[in-house]
Amino acid sequence: MALIWPGASWPTASFAGVAAAALACCWAIAPAHAQDAVEVTITVKDHAFDPAQVEIPAGKPVALRIKNLDSSPMEFESKSLRVEKVLTGNGEAVINIRPQKPGRYEFFDDFHAATTKGVVVVK
Amino acid sequence: MIAALIIVFREVFEAGLIVGIVLAVTHGVARRGVWISAGVAAGVLGSCVMAAFAGLISQAFAGAGQELVNATVLSIAVVMLTWHNVWMARHGRELAAEFRAAGQAVAAGAKSLFALAVVVCVAVLREGFEVVMFLYGVLASEGASAVEVFAGGVLGLLLGAAVCAATYFGILNIPQRYLFGVTSFMIAFLAAGMAAQAIGFLEQANVVVALDQTVWDSSWLLSDGSILGRVLRTLIGYNDHPTVMQLTGYGATLAVMFILMKLMASPTRDDAVTA
Repeated sequence: MALIWPGASWPTASFAGVAAAALACCWAIAPAHAQDAVEVTITVKDHAFDPAQVEIPAGKPVALRIKNLDSSPMEFESKSLRVEKVLTGNGEAVINIRPQKPGRYEFFDDFHAATTKGVVVVK
Repeated sequence: MIAALIIVFREVFEAGLIVGIVLAVTHGVARRGVWISAGVAAGVLGSCVMAAFAGLISQAFAGAGQELVNATVLSIAVVMLTWHNVWMARHGRELAAEFRAAGQAVAAGAKSLFALAVVVCVAVLREGFEVVMFLYGVLASEGASAVEVFAGGVLGLLLGAAVCAATYFGILNIPQRYLFGVTSFMIAFLAAGMAAQAIGFLEQANVVVALDQTVWDSSWLLSDGSILGRVLRTLIGYNDHPTVMQLTGYGATLAVMFILMKLMASPTRDDAVTA
């Protein structure tokens, strides 16, 4: 059987639904930089990460500051860390990493995925 | 050249699937070609504009601009897909009848076409931005190999168009009486997957931090970076290690979609649907 909301045109009803869903998510929203993240800087020069291996503490949020010293754009990506971000040539970006369990988490430049790689070791 | 082909194809592929689905959904609707072409064109133009302002976008919102743009356009697509499905649940049947009768439903159909054109635009924009950045980098810096890489990029684009065509004709092979039901489900799961992706970007931006535990890790079984994984990621939102929040968003989108479709279903459907 189908129910009709009397008096409610469908766009009103659908946007009310979307608004309700958005509200439901609001409790989860927190200020962007409320936590003290450990910051680690990685530079990229001639399509190579330096350092190509970084160690970060387990269970703590970390900010990876990526400095692209090449003139061509790159895309910093890590499947296991759930991050992807395009950087312009000579651009800089901060990659937020949620608290992680100990392990090895690989990252790469998606535009040069075969050669430009590195790993985050969480201890 | 092969590397460029793979990179461009991988990006275009996802947009190709979505455009193919939208083409199948709008099969037989008057003037859909104009709307969908406009969506693709707006997406390509948007990609170039976004690439031109990539530096500015990245620096905006305390460095989280790119994530917030991605989350926003994905959310817009989710709303448009929901709108389309709910609208079709209400008007699909009468629309089909009117088409057969007099073809007078063009104005009515345009509302729904607009929503789908926006979805196409978003799909092209998201993938196109990365393609433009990649090709720009190659042209700007890698000199002699540029022509070859560019050729690879064009081939990748053509392969993406082939994926789009294969999706379109594949869906149209579904018998007519099931087509409406199948495409409604496809759109619902497409929207749920996009909602989960949008949450992923909000998590990356540190805007959403609650419920960030990983529910499962099936990357050993099927990585969402593999071809099959990517197809499933686009079609049903497959994620090889989702967070609790992403799963919640996925489920909530499906629930809202199906509840609204049920609530808004046209009353004439009662006679036909016995379930």
